[in-house]
Amino acid sequence: MTKSELIARLAAANPHLYQRDIERIVSTIFDEISAALARGDRVELRGFGAFSVKSRGSRVGRNPRTGEAVQVSEKHIPYFKTGKQLREKLNTGG
Amino acid sequence: MAGQTVTRAHLGEAVYQEVGLSRNESADLLETVLNLVTDSLVQGDPVKISSFGSFSVRQKGQRIGRNPKTGEEVPILPRKVLVFRPSQVLKSRINRRALSEPVSE
Repeated sequence: MTKSELIARLAAANPHLYQRDIERIVSTIFDEISAALARGDRVELRGFGAFSVKSRGSRVGRNPRTGEAVQVSEKHIPYFKTGKQLREKLNTGG
Repeated sequence: MAGQTVTRAHLGEAVYQEVGLSRNESADLLETVLNLVTDSLVQGDPVKISSFGSFSVRQKGQRIGRNPKTGEEVPILPRKVLVFRPSQVLKSRINRRALSEPVSE
């Protein structure tokens, strides 16, 4: 399912809403999650899962072609932990 | 890092502010979106949200685990796990603050 298919399914479930509003609802949800993570916040959606940001410390990497050592600065990685209910659903419903 | 926790209530409020439906309906719509994502994944269909990331289900085989307390060997049954892969856009957005040079989206 892509974002546009998600929009289509949400529209089908809510025939009384404008397509434009449906699109804004879906975009707002994912934009808010992204914005929270960009601030360094966690997003916890009970039963679904939690998004958080993990940091990877700076390290000395290597250019694989030349073997030259290069400094890799600290970076932040978004991480998703599946919620308990969703994990259970994946293993019973499928 | 800051360290606030954003919940359903915050996301529902954002939808309410952005779209102008009632608070109740906004919360319901958020729930429907999460349910649609869940249903797709339960059916084994990956969910790809452009500029956010993708969720896919991976099948894990059986392996032998160990109870760390007793040292006893226990089989870990085959199971399905959910994997989230953040998009490049999301990764850049999260690192933008931290980097000295600007990151393009």
